[in-house]
Amino acid sequence: MKVMAAPPETAILQVDDLSVCFETSRGSVQAVSGVSFAMAKGEVYALVGESGCGKSTTALAVMRLVPPPGRIRRGHIRLGDEDLLALSDEAMADVRGRRLAMIFQNPLVSLNPVYRAGSQIEEAISLDSVPRPVAWRRAIEVLGRVRIGDPAERALRYPHELSGGMRQRVMTGMMISRTPDLLIADEPTTALDVTIQARILDLLMDLCSHSGMALLIITHDLGIVAEIADRVGVMYAGSLVEQAPVYELYEDPLHPYTRMLMRALPRLGKGQGRLETIPGSVPDLIALPAGCAFHPRCPERLAICASQTPVSRVVGGGRTVACHRGEVDR
Amino acid sequence: MPMATAPQAPPSWPLVRLDSARKYFPIRGGLFGHSARYVRAVNNVSMTIERGETFGLVGESGSGKTTLARLIPGLLRPSGGRVLYDGRDIARTHGGELNRLRRRMGIVFQDPASSLNPRSPVRASIRRPLDLQGVRGREAERRVLETIDRVNLGREVLDRYPHQLSGGQQQRASIARAIILNPELVILDEPTSALDVSIQAQILNLLQSLQEQIRLTYLFITHNLSIVRYMSDRIGVMYLGKLVEVAPAEALHDRPFHPYTAALLSASPPLNPRLRDRKRYRLEGDPPSLISPPPGCGLHPRCPFAVEVCSERTPPLVEAAARRLVACHRWEELTLKVGPGA
Amino acid sequence: MASTGGTRPPRRSPMRVWPLVRVALGNGQLVVGAILLLVVLLIAVFAESLAPRAYDAMDLTNRLRAPGPGMLLGTDQFGRDTLSRIIYGSRIALRVGLIVVVIEGVLGVSLGLLAGYYGGLADRMISFLTDITWALPPIVLALAIVTVLGPGLNNVMIAIALVSWAGYARLIRSKAQGLKNMPFVEAARALGESDLSIMFRYILPNTFGLIVVVASLSLPGAILSTTALSFLGLGSQPPAPDWGVILSEGIRFLYDAPFLSIFPGLALVWTVLGFTLLGEGLRDILDPRMKA
Repeated sequence: MKVMAAPPETAILQVDDLSVCFETSRGSVQAVSGVSFAMAKGEVYALVGESGCGKSTTALAVMRLVPPPGRIRRGHIRLGDEDLLALSDEAMADVRGRRLAMIFQNPLVSLNPVYRAGSQIEEAISLDSVPRPVAWRRAIEVLGRVRIGDPAERALRYPHELSGGMRQRVMTGMMISRTPDLLIADEPTTALDVTIQARILDLLMDLCSHSGMALLIITHDLGIVAEIADRVGVMYAGSLVEQAPVYELYEDPLHPYTRMLMRALPRLGKGQGRLETIPGSVPDLIALPAGCAFHPRCPERLAICASQTPVSRVVGGGRTVACHRGEVDR
Repeated sequence: MPMATAPQAPPSWPLVRLDSARKYFPIRGGLFGHSARYVRAVNNVSMTIERGETFGLVGESGSGKTTLARLIPGLLRPSGGRVLYDGRDIARTHGGELNRLRRRMGIVFQDPASSLNPRSPVRASIRRPLDLQGVRGREAERRVLETIDRVNLGREVLDRYPHQLSGGQQQRASIARAIILNPELVILDEPTSALDVSIQAQILNLLQSLQEQIRLTYLFITHNLSIVRYMSDRIGVMYLGKLVEVAPAEALHDRPFHPYTAALLSASPPLNPRLRDRKRYRLEGDPPSLISPPPGCGLHPRCPFAVEVCSERTPPLVEAAARRLVACHRWEELTLKVGPGA
Repeated sequence: MASTGGTRPPRRSPMRVWPLVRVALGNGQLVVGAILLLVVLLIAVFAESLAPRAYDAMDLTNRLRAPGPGMLLGTDQFGRDTLSRIIYGSRIALRVGLIVVVIEGVLGVSLGLLAGYYGGLADRMISFLTDITWALPPIVLALAIVTVLGPGLNNVMIAIALVSWAGYARLIRSKAQGLKNMPFVEAARALGESDLSIMFRYILPNTFGLIVVVASLSLPGAILSTTALSFLGLGSQPPAPDWGVILSEGIRFLYDAPFLSIFPGLALVWTVLGFTLLGEGLRDILDPRMKA
């Protein structure tokens, strides 16, 4: 268990003050505002939040794949000692796949339907100028590593001949085949059944603990976070409102939004109390409220919350929180 | 007028009863569109839904839960067995009589964005059931307003089109349409799985208070075990077109009898990182095809407890304890336990 | 993917007219097409005031005159003013296009709707008919139908409609197949709506965008085909100022008076181009997935 925020010199990924906006005809959508976090080697870091909170955009920004009209307005992203935002497009393309890889929610559309599962992995491996026969052998090895039974036979199948869970494992295999430093998984199990999800999560955790690969998992599901993450960042309306090691976050959430989100989840049986709900709705990212973006929905708001944006501050134990309340209380 | 008011003394039979209900979908193939092969989506299911309860139906994709839900209002006709609503066989009911039965049920679907006609203002969609009943004018308007108040929807949404509403508002509008005729039964097919956590909580709370206020019976279909536990009195677990276990919600969570239930429960993340290392019942491989399900118990190729008999005979759904049914050859020998302290 | 999708702007206007107009103005094809057609439409409406002479006024002293002052586009072998004939001809072109599109649209949409909604035997029969119609060369089939019905503009319009409804039927069928499994249609069935009501209240309105696109894309074809049949002498009969008739009469004097064929040809190109651009523009806006 890692408790401390990774210090810069050992960090594999370091995101500083990242801001991404989308210029639309209605105005500028502030999708990510001033997000900073760091990940250590082998760490599983979860970015969690509801739809529109900016978690996926943050991941795409790390890949430098933010789709137009989006663009990275501010910030730094470092992978090891490489400044990703300073790289040329060719250099970035080389980093992608080799040091940085990403799996998506829907593995059917992420795999090329006209190539066999094994060929797609072979293709990825041969990018490192590995001769084809060797690459094919390694592709089969990789399929075994992502726990696909009978890998030599399955390597010959086309994506549509595989089940959803198997496709996601092929995708994962393809992404880890070149042993990246960091794997980004955007809602990797949302389209899958729970028993299959459990297997994918087990697999991802094992890959991290055995290979030292770091995993950035993007999810809306606090159950998945509890199951797999070492540290967690909670996002709301484009900002990282709280960061903590997973145990601390679940036992003592500091930000009012995190607390309310946790209580909105059903844990008990019928007739054992109502769920807590968060009043109001997610703000329009074009016209964010002044001060703390959560203040209009926050039952604990102070006068200052409507005027001043809270700054993320370290509260010890590797935790950060962006809330004015804590400034007085703690 | 056949209004859906509950009779004074409720009859002794259950509101919904399935007797060996089957739904096979033929697979078109061959030159002449003949088909010898079928997808056995619902395969010999017998169950009841009692008045006033919430019956939760869980299962993974392909388990047949959604097909089963469509058999009850007659959206699909059973290929065999019987589906009885208030004692009447849906398959033998037609035309006006079927419509009268259907008006006693409401249905809410998973995807709120496509549950309302995109070309109609919300008011028209909510009001349509009344039009079909011949309720018009002021009376209809009064009931529309009463119903949207019930589901906590603001009046300003009535003149908007579905795409102008948020997901939560769309789902409230769907619920309003489902309850405007005061039905007895509401079928909820994954009503919150497309919604964010905070919106999901609002909708689940709304459904519970509606049930208390107007004494609804729910068939709640979901793949999410914490939601089904929060919502249900009894839970049925489906696997490969069959009902493998039925039990009161708490009992099912405390001590599942069927290995599949145990696997499902232990695979569901428990919202507590300290339970990461809990005992897990893992299933081998992937679910088999519904076209050629394995002989015997459908779970046996994946079940960690399978023995020879499991591949030979299909276990019947038997009464294992009070209010508990299970379809497993070995349930008596197994002691399955999931969750803290396991 | 990008999580901006979750931010739903609180739109106020109940109908989406203004944004649609703004999008339309941003689409170059649509704007150019609309301008071309507006010109044709104005000419057709104000033909009486615009045309210097009646379309059938002969002047035997001025036969086959080249374009010049007084008769801007020249005269034909009976001394009729070509400009006037082309101006009046625009009425025929527009009317023919619209009538054909309405007939083939009603036919194609109804059959497509029935096939897509009911499926089964109805679908197999209608699809068979559609495929046959689709497979036969349209002009040849139209010629055959006109031969049976006898020449005349009305029969030509019927013939063109009969050979070109299949495109509508195919598209509407697949759209209806998709729509009938949508939850809002299932909900309607669960409410006890009749099949007819489901088709007309729930499915048809959701195909309007598609119908508009298909109709505007098939208008130029309809105009071209009727002109072609008139050119062959099967459609409008002289002295009607049908562009096809003018063309076919002019073709005999192609060497001496090429302007007789060129100007009606240009009018045809102008109109067809207008409808094509408009149709493609509408397709981009209303149904972007149709774009190949």
